[in-house]
Amino acid sequence: MSGAALTFALLDLVAVALFIIGLHYLNAPPTARFGNRLAMLGMLVALVVVLVGSLNVGWWAIAVGMVVGAFIGIVAALRVKMTAMPQMVALYNGAGGGAAALVSTVELAVARSHGGALDPVVAVSLALSATIGAVSFAGSLVAFAKLQELMTGRPVTYAGQQLVNGIVAIAVALLLAFFVARLGIAPAWVYPGLVAAALLFGVLFVLPIGGADMPVVISLLNSATGVAVAIAGFELSSTLLITGGALVGASGTILTVAMSKAMNRPLTNVLFGAFGAAGGAEPAAGAKPQNVRSVSVDDVAAMLAYASKVMIVPGYGMAVAQAQHSVKALADQLEKRDVKVLYAIHPVAGRMPGHMNVLLAESNVPYEALLDLDDANAEFSTTDVALVIGANDVTNPAARTVKSSPIYGMPILDVDRAANVVVLKRSMRSGFAGIENPLYELANCSLLFGDAKASVDALVAAVKIL
Amino acid sequence: MTDATHLVQLLTVLVLAVFVGFEVISKVPTTLHTPLMSATNAIHGIVLVGAIVVVAALFGSPVHGPALTALAIVAVAFGSINVFGGFAVTERMLQMFKRKSGPR
Repeated sequence: MSGAALTFALLDLVAVALFIIGLHYLNAPPTARFGNRLAMLGMLVALVVVLVGSLNVGWWAIAVGMVVGAFIGIVAALRVKMTAMPQMVALYNGAGGGAAALVSTVELAVARSHGGALDPVVAVSLALSATIGAVSFAGSLVAFAKLQELMTGRPVTYAGQQLVNGIVAIAVALLLAFFVARLGIAPAWVYPGLVAAALLFGVLFVLPIGGADMPVVISLLNSATGVAVAIAGFELSSTLLITGGALVGASGTILTVAMSKAMNRPLTNVLFGAFGAAGGAEPAAGAKPQNVRSVSVDDVAAMLAYASKVMIVPGYGMAVAQAQHSVKALADQLEKRDVKVLYAIHPVAGRMPGHMNVLLAESNVPYEALLDLDDANAEFSTTDVALVIGANDVTNPAARTVKSSPIYGMPILDVDRAANVVVLKRSMRSGFAGIENPLYELANCSLLFGDAKASVDALVAAVKIL
Repeated sequence: MTDATHLVQLLTVLVLAVFVGFEVISKVPTTLHTPLMSATNAIHGIVLVGAIVVVAALFGSPVHGPALTALAIVAVAFGSINVFGGFAVTERMLQMFKRKSGPR
């Protein structure tokens, strides 16, 4: 190894170490920014090394790509609303997957030009990285379209769907095997066919997943992109790509498992079960209207103002209504009156892991006030008012008691154990799972109908003049 | 060094990185899961390094042509979106996470 090559290799090692230490510091909010900056520094080192190494060769193409990508990336990052983070992350996942697939495609053309068969390791990693990258790219675009509401966010299902998906998956596997068996000197159509089938599979596999299952899909696509990048590292013999990709693959997997657990559903059920498709899509036809108690803004305001502890339970509805700032204003009013205000965050509230936390952080809620599932449930029995804003299935006590319920066994926030529960709801429509919530019929539960933001704003005004 | 040894070395790196990843990331609290995802978006942007290597390889190769150059440029752009966008949005989110502050 020459002196320069050795220096470059050691600097790559420094970059990897910085990624890992950076991720380590993400383990607590006070150090997280430092962690992000360490990871940035690692990336800077890695980029400087590779740019110096490829000086004078196709520099204009690299410059054009980097300038355009950096511009798009930074503008999008600065402009995106916090409520839109899930679709933003979906796009980033897609870009990473797409990049991995494109790298493999160009690498294949270059490797073929040397003539003869590919090295087996290169052939396998190239085909796998292109396949997984293409699945992640197409799947992420569909996830983006769903979250951005360019198409229905609900599961898209049709008769024979699983069969169609199965056939496409088998086609992908066969083309992959054919390509690898011939070490890349298969007929010219095999590789494009493989990529096309992988893209199609990506679209088909995300279509039937929707709504509240999105956190699982986003995490899974995150993991898939990491894996595609790690495998691309094998075709280029780059330990940087292997480690970077592996870290992301591990992270995405941890989040995927955490999300599935929080819904008490095995991953296969989320991916292939199409919640609500197997008969539940129609909100329980013929269900009898629930016997609920509706209250006025003034009643709720009085209840909150004279409470000693209030637990706010946000859900996707809060994000949709952009109500996070109003919620914080309400909490401020209550705290002025010495009411203790805490927030109960269910792991799958929102459309991606940690979605609610970011929204509330945006409106200056201190992160110490955000309780996770277990901590929140320990508090409900001493809570005077649980204020549920745009959350439904995660508060459904049927998950604890009704064995026949589709969400039976799912860990929920035990809001019903609070002295009073007030649910802010737009209408009596059922939650994503399409099941009734018996919470609303309980004696200690009342409903305040209306848009979440309008209701909370009205509560702020009413508490102010009490 | 034989090809087989090289492969085993790369696999060793992969396996160790996976273990380290699981250890480090399982300690990230739920409240930071969204910034974690965007930070990992930026880290898988390391594919940009691969894209740059491939551009250089392409320009030194006889198959160098407009179509492949375009694909390679898009790969570089996608990787750059990940790196720059991912870190920027993570930074933006993390500066919002505050302790209980100010006079109460």
